[in-house]
Amino acid sequence: MRRAVLLGLAMFTLAAPQILTATCHAADSINPQADFKAFRKYFTERFTNVPLNDFVNGPYSMDAGLRKQWLEIDAFPPYQFALDKGKEMFNTPFKNGKTYGDCFPNKGIGVRQDYPYFDTKSGEVITLDVALNQCREANGEKPFDYSKDDMAALTAYMAYTSRGKRFDIKIPDDPRALAAYEKGEEYFYTRRGQLNFSCASCHVQNPGGHLRTEVLAPALGIVAAMPIYRSEWGGMGTISRRFTSCNSQVRATPLKPEDELYRDVEYYLSYMSNGLPISGPGARP
Amino acid sequence: MASTIRMRAIANGETTEVQALVQHPMDSGFVKDSKGNLIPPHYIEVLEFQHAGKTVFTAFWGPAVAKDPYVKFSFKGAQKGDDLIISWVDNKGQSDSVVGKIQ
Amino acid sequence: MNNNSMSKQTNLRRARRGQTRRTIVQGALAGGLAGLGLAGAAPFSRARAAADASKWPKDAFSQKKQADAIRVLYGKTPEPSDKVSLEAPEIAENGAVVPISVSTTLPDVTSITIVVSENPFPLAANYPIPAGTSAMVANRLKMAKTSKVIALVESGGKIFSASKEVKVTVGGCGG
Repeated sequence: MRRAVLLGLAMFTLAAPQILTATCHAADSINPQADFKAFRKYFTERFTNVPLNDFVNGPYSMDAGLRKQWLEIDAFPPYQFALDKGKEMFNTPFKNGKTYGDCFPNKGIGVRQDYPYFDTKSGEVITLDVALNQCREANGEKPFDYSKDDMAALTAYMAYTSRGKRFDIKIPDDPRALAAYEKGEEYFYTRRGQLNFSCASCHVQNPGGHLRTEVLAPALGIVAAMPIYRSEWGGMGTISRRFTSCNSQVRATPLKPEDELYRDVEYYLSYMSNGLPISGPGARP
Repeated sequence: MASTIRMRAIANGETTEVQALVQHPMDSGFVKDSKGNLIPPHYIEVLEFQHAGKTVFTAFWGPAVAKDPYVKFSFKGAQKGDDLIISWVDNKGQSDSVVGKIQ
Repeated sequence: MNNNSMSKQTNLRRARRGQTRRTIVQGALAGGLAGLGLAGAAPFSRARAAADASKWPKDAFSQKKQADAIRVLYGKTPEPSDKVSLEAPEIAENGAVVPISVSTTLPDVTSITIVVSENPFPLAANYPIPAGTSAMVANRLKMAKTSKVIALVESGGKIFSASKEVKVTVGGCGG
């Protein structure tokens, strides 16, 4: 089963270079809408057998054997416990009597698809995880660790209440928002680490292929499944945990969780996934 | 603290299909922690299902059963609304039990 | 049953196992967070329900070779049968969680057992099947490496088997 790592870089000849070159242009030529179209076209033309809404299921949209095991396990998933814990946390008032729901539109139910958003006040991308910690701090509670189980459980529950809702990420008419988008895109396509891989090396060039022994997920819709329960972890992990472990796996130095750049990457990837349904919390090998 | 046991039991005609999931590390004894020390074995040995005073299903498990173990089986003779009592005991003598309703 | 007999039972088990038993007795509705409300409703049925570890087939679970585990558990040699159906993936998505199910059309089934030949302790799970319970079970197992998986069905006093090789690969940069 051991296949060559990332067969043939020559495969990298479709839309990805167009996306790459976009990052090299001057700021005034950034065109997220054009990027979005090229990105969508690349994945749908390369994987004609994968229904658009199925990309959010990552490797399970690419491999029948994996899909069967996933469906069997997902019928009564091991992440049920994290989900229950997240629900309980979400509904438990802070010491001041307020709840998470008070910090969010629609009391925090079914809102996952609107995150991350660009905050024109602070000039930064705010992810759901960051919004949750802001909520905690505004109510006199200590923030959670972005890589740990509490944040994973809480975001799992919020994603669960949003399943099926479609990503609706907006880039406001603000040069800082475009700059954040561009930085995220650039990070995603920049090679790093001892293996000299970019995020795109795995998730644009080679989804459905194998890196070592695992089936790689497509970048299209990849954030829709967050947070994810990984059998490898034996638990639910946040998007920060996924980003940092991806960096580590290519022997690169991870950023700190919810670093501005990671938030920009999430912003870029979520915008690329606009219109796709939230499937989180997801499960992955 | 919430129960360690999640159960779905659905009566369909004379047969009831039961699925259960238990929150348990199921440590095999062969895995090392971050400091390189072996995590001692810790796993459920017996999981039992009772209906109307009768044991309808028993699982004898070893350390090879996956973390947060799952089991599915079916039995006859129960009706919607009946109680199903589920209990487990592990190799360290810890245990839990729950009464669930058949749907 | 009353509180006395409950604690007596607990003490007996402590004595038998020579270790402290921490009994977590609490209730919650399936899949919910209803929690303690139910514990008050039927506390004593719970003590009676306590799974009994004395019936656990320790010797069979302690065997390091597949043939020994089967011999110790059943005292018989299994014969292959196409009436035993074993469902397992060709390639496990992760050896930590491998969904495996066994069913059979054989009559008078009294137990179902799953053995993973290459695991350090090959006997993975043993399910006594009482009358009235279907000869079918699904579970999720750990597999240390690529291995033959054997389903054993005890029917009419004989042991029948089916087996399948499951490939196990290990983690890397996936998902």
